[in-house]
Amino acid sequence: MLSPEFTQNMALQLLALPVFLPILSAITLIALHRAGIQIQRIISGASVSILLICVVYLLASGAGDTAEVYPMGDWPAPFGIVWVYDRLSGLMLLLTALLGGVSFLYAIATDEDKKGAHFHALFQAQLFGLNGAFLTGDVFNLFVFFEVLLLASYGLMLHGGGAARSRAGLHYIVINLIGSTIFLFAVGALYGVLGTLNLADLAVKISQAPASTYGLIAAASFLLFVVFAIKAAAFPLYLWLPGTYAETSAPVAALFAIMTKVGLYAMLRVHGTLFNELTAPMALINLIDPWMLLLGLLTLIMATFGVLAAINVRRQVAYLVLASVGTLMIALGINTQAALTGGLYYWIHTTLMTAGFFLLAGQIVRTRGDQIGETHPPMPQAILAGSLFLAYAIGLAGLPPLTGFFGKTMILFAALANPLWVPIYATVLISSVLMVVALARSGSALFYRVEHAPAAVKSAPINTRLSWAAVSIPLGLVVLMVIASKPITHWLTQTSIQIHDTPRYIQRVLHPTPTAPGAGFAPHPLHDTKVAH
Amino acid sequence: MAILFALLIGVLTTTGVYLSLRAQTFPVVMGLTLLSYAVNLFLFGTGRLASNAAAVIEPHATYADPLPQALVLTAIVIAFAMTAFVIVLALKTRAELGSDHVDGRADEPAPATEPHKKTPC
Repeated sequence: MLSPEFTQNMALQLLALPVFLPILSAITLIALHRAGIQIQRIISGASVSILLICVVYLLASGAGDTAEVYPMGDWPAPFGIVWVYDRLSGLMLLLTALLGGVSFLYAIATDEDKKGAHFHALFQAQLFGLNGAFLTGDVFNLFVFFEVLLLASYGLMLHGGGAARSRAGLHYIVINLIGSTIFLFAVGALYGVLGTLNLADLAVKISQAPASTYGLIAAASFLLFVVFAIKAAAFPLYLWLPGTYAETSAPVAALFAIMTKVGLYAMLRVHGTLFNELTAPMALINLIDPWMLLLGLLTLIMATFGVLAAINVRRQVAYLVLASVGTLMIALGINTQAALTGGLYYWIHTTLMTAGFFLLAGQIVRTRGDQIGETHPPMPQAILAGSLFLAYAIGLAGLPPLTGFFGKTMILFAALANPLWVPIYATVLISSVLMVVALARSGSALFYRVEHAPAAVKSAPINTRLSWAAVSIPLGLVVLMVIASKPITHWLTQTSIQIHDTPRYIQRVLHPTPTAPGAGFAPHPLHDTKVAH
Repeated sequence: MAILFALLIGVLTTTGVYLSLRAQTFPVVMGLTLLSYAVNLFLFGTGRLASNAAAVIEPHATYADPLPQALVLTAIVIAFAMTAFVIVLALKTRAELGSDHVDGRADEPAPATEPHKKTPC
């Protein structure tokens, strides 16, 4: 039998794997890019499988119950770069690995990866950026991993080529480059005022900052909010999303279902840690929460209009992603522990469901065509596709018995305590009804309005069984989530308690042992303006 | 020196924002480049401007904060790669869409028919 200490130690060492494994595979894949698609698929698939096993093991070992800190090169926290693994990171790693697995299966089943060079290398680089962003405990490192995941996503988004894809890609890339610049301005302002970039250390320094610096800190915090809102596609900054997600290939769009969540994760992690009510000064608490709530409502309204107005399937699913961003921002904006628990439940649900729906839309586009309004001959396997469409539509519109209903119910229960509960209820409920209408309309147009002239199938999927399996896996996981609702909700409650507990996070990162090495270092004299602690 | 430095960052940012709001891809790329120059200078400035300060820590010496220099170096490398990428993409969209408008629209009526009209840069 393994001793508990060994298990704990093993888990700590495993923290390096979700970051290093994808980048090593990416490098290997680039070196072997002449070796043929089969070898590339084996390497990429092995990497994704090991990643999934490793992440599940990390979650099952309970390593994140108290935040685990992995200091790179064994340098202590404020000086070296640390990786922090807690329940939220573990959850995000699991979602990334699951989406990675599903997209990988669909890509190899439909030969999407043969449409251009380096699909698998870019895919692994994307996983590297995502995992790094979810594990890092340092703001500048977060910027670097954002750039890694964005650069990989540019390549993946354009994979396969085509004029419409290039046009949407240009918008996506330019807005994200501007976002990166704003991110650097915010990071620079934080460093200029506080003299550190480690998240835990920043939280400590903010609690000790003189009142004259509050303005700058608040400005930097809003700049960061703008950056994360671009990534999350919140209300005024969402216009890049529908085009990008609708024009890219199905497996890439499915993997991108996690990309908007990266922005939301960053809000939760950075703003939640730095401006926590237990540590931050009164003037800086809850700066962005009202904005988050308001923008969430507006995002949800605009997304609902988009779902109603969409003329093709993929664009409709893209607007459903946007609707989920709106709902999640409402939950994060309410920012009570109950709202966060419900929000996280909805978070898992919507990430899996939108990814699955993108794959299903890919199947529909392959066999029928994208336009909702056109009449086509009945598609092959219309019963299977139609049943899956019905299940996904029920889940994403938030009808029982699937998880969307439970997630929205939890969020709405938590919203009762909020003074703005009337507009929240009105927006969430009316948008759900309108989404049901829109999805029912497109479902009936896709599957019932058929012409009976026997016509050639557009392009039959190459590995039908595998591609349908990839489409069904997210739905299966969501059904499991319904069955295991109680333990999952319990686990998520613990997670939201942990997210709000910044003092414990600071203690874990900065003082991992009672005698922290490096406690004797003096800060840089130019930044030593703080009151002695 | 601080005022000059701040003005420089301000001018670069203003120009960058103006250019990146233009409708042709080339000015947008230029604007993004200028924005990244501005932010590099800004990051450099967060270590505070100091003359005659050593770059490497010695005991009891005033020294320039080394961290922003490392940050700037990282930011320069990333901005360089991104600029190269966006230039290639701009060329690709120009070739595929037959127009250098950011939305890929067909070109406006040629300036030859309206000689008094300024060509948009």
